[in-house]
Amino acid sequence: MENYEQARESIRNFIIGNMDVFDEDITLADDDNIFEKGFVTSIFAMRLLDFIEDEFKIEVADEDINLVNFSSVQQMVKLVEKSEG
Amino acid sequence: MKYVKCVVWDLDNTLWDGTLLEGDAVSLKPGIKEILKTLDERGILNSIASKNDLSDVMQKLEEFEIAHYFLVPQVGWGAKSTAIARIAEQININRDTLVFIDDQPFERDEVASVYPEVMIVDAIDYKELINMERLNPKVITEDSKRRRQMYLEQEKRVYDETHYEGTSIEFLESLNMEIRISRAQEYDLKRAEELTIRTNQLNSTGIQYGYDELKELLDVPSYDVWVCELTDKYGSYGKIGLVLVEHIDNRSIIRLLLMSCRTVSRGVGTVLLSFLMKRAKSAQEVLQADFIRTDRNRQMLITYQLANFVQKKKEDKRILFENDLSIIQEYPPYIKIIVDDERKK
Repeated sequence: MENYEQARESIRNFIIGNMDVFDEDITLADDDNIFEKGFVTSIFAMRLLDFIEDEFKIEVADEDINLVNFSSVQQMVKLVEKSEG
Repeated sequence: MKYVKCVVWDLDNTLWDGTLLEGDAVSLKPGIKEILKTLDERGILNSIASKNDLSDVMQKLEEFEIAHYFLVPQVGWGAKSTAIARIAEQININRDTLVFIDDQPFERDEVASVYPEVMIVDAIDYKELINMERLNPKVITEDSKRRRQMYLEQEKRVYDETHYEGTSIEFLESLNMEIRISRAQEYDLKRAEELTIRTNQLNSTGIQYGYDELKELLDVPSYDVWVCELTDKYGSYGKIGLVLVEHIDNRSIIRLLLMSCRTVSRGVGTVLLSFLMKRAKSAQEVLQADFIRTDRNRQMLITYQLANFVQKKKEDKRILFENDLSIIQEYPPYIKIIVDDERKK
C-alpha cells in the first residue's frame, strides 16, 4: 500500500459519513468492531465492499468476502492491502 | 434461445412510409399500431434508432399517438450501432435480447458487424415480428404487461437517487419501501417461472424451474415456495424474488434464491435471508444453502457471505453454505416487511 494513512482516512470517512449514529461525541477507533457496536448491518457491509472496490480499484476475492473483514477500519485496510496483491 | 426484450425501430420506410426529412407526408405502415400494442402487452419494450431530427420525430410520433411506446429513443446522426449500445445500456438489458429492424441493408450490416449478437430484421418482414419465436414469450404475466411502466418508474427512481441531497440511508427512508413475503399461489407461478427464466444474474444455483415443477412443489409439505414483492412510493416492482426451501430432518436447505437484478441495491436479498434465518432459528433447524458460482452471480455470493453464511463444502463451483444463526440481523428500519405464512389451497 502506497499510503496506509490515506486508505485508513477514506474508509473512516465513508463509515462516519454514512452512518447517522456517529455524532460528534462518538469516536471510532481503528480496531473498534463496528458490528458489535451495533452500527453495521449486512447491507452496510455490502456498501462498504462496493465503496472499497471503487475507491481502491480492486476486486476482493470470493474467499475474503465475509463479515470479519468488514468489522473494523483496521480489518478493511488489511483487506485492501491484501487485495492489491 | 433467448427471448427478445426490446425491439429497436428505424423510422423512415420502416415504421412509416416516406422520409420525414425530405418533407414527405409520412404515414404509418399498415398494422404498425397493433404490432406495437401486441409487443407492449407481451412485455417487450420498443425503442428507436433513426437518423433524423429529434423534435420532428417526436412531433410525428405524438401525432400518430404512439410516442408513449418508445423508451429512450435514439434520434441523431451517429452510427446505429452506437444507438443500439446506448439503448441496451439505458434500459439495462443485454444486447443479445435486442432486435433491430431497418429497411437499409447498410444500416443492418453496420449493426450486425459491430454487434453480431443483435437479431437483425429487414423492414420488409415487419409483420412477421410478432410471429417470431423469440418474440413470443411462453409466459406473459401481469408484471410483463407493466414492464414499460415499471421501466419509467425505475427511470424516475434513478433520477431522484442521483439528484438526492442527503445520505443514502435518508434516501432509502424516503422511498417507503414495503416487502411482502408470501407463500406462492398457483397464480404466482407464471411470474415465478418467468423470473427463473429471465434472471440469470441473481440466481443462486442457475437452475431454471418450470411451471409444472414449481406447481408440484407447492403441494409437497417438505418444501416452502416463497415469493416476494417490493413496492415503494413510485409503484410496484412486481414479484421480484423467489425462494425454494427444502426441509430434511432438522435442516432447512435453500435450494434456490432468485431475485430480479433491479432490486439488488435495495437490500431485498439480505431481507429474504434474514427472514429465512429467523424461521430456521425458531424451528431450531440448521440453515444451509445450495450455491453454484457462475461468472454472473457475484452479487448473490456477496449477499450470502455478508449475511454470515460460510462455505461448508466446495467442489469446483458447487458450494454448500451453512449459517450458524449466531448473527441474525433485524430488518432494515427503512423497509416494512409483511409476511403471509398461510398455505392456501
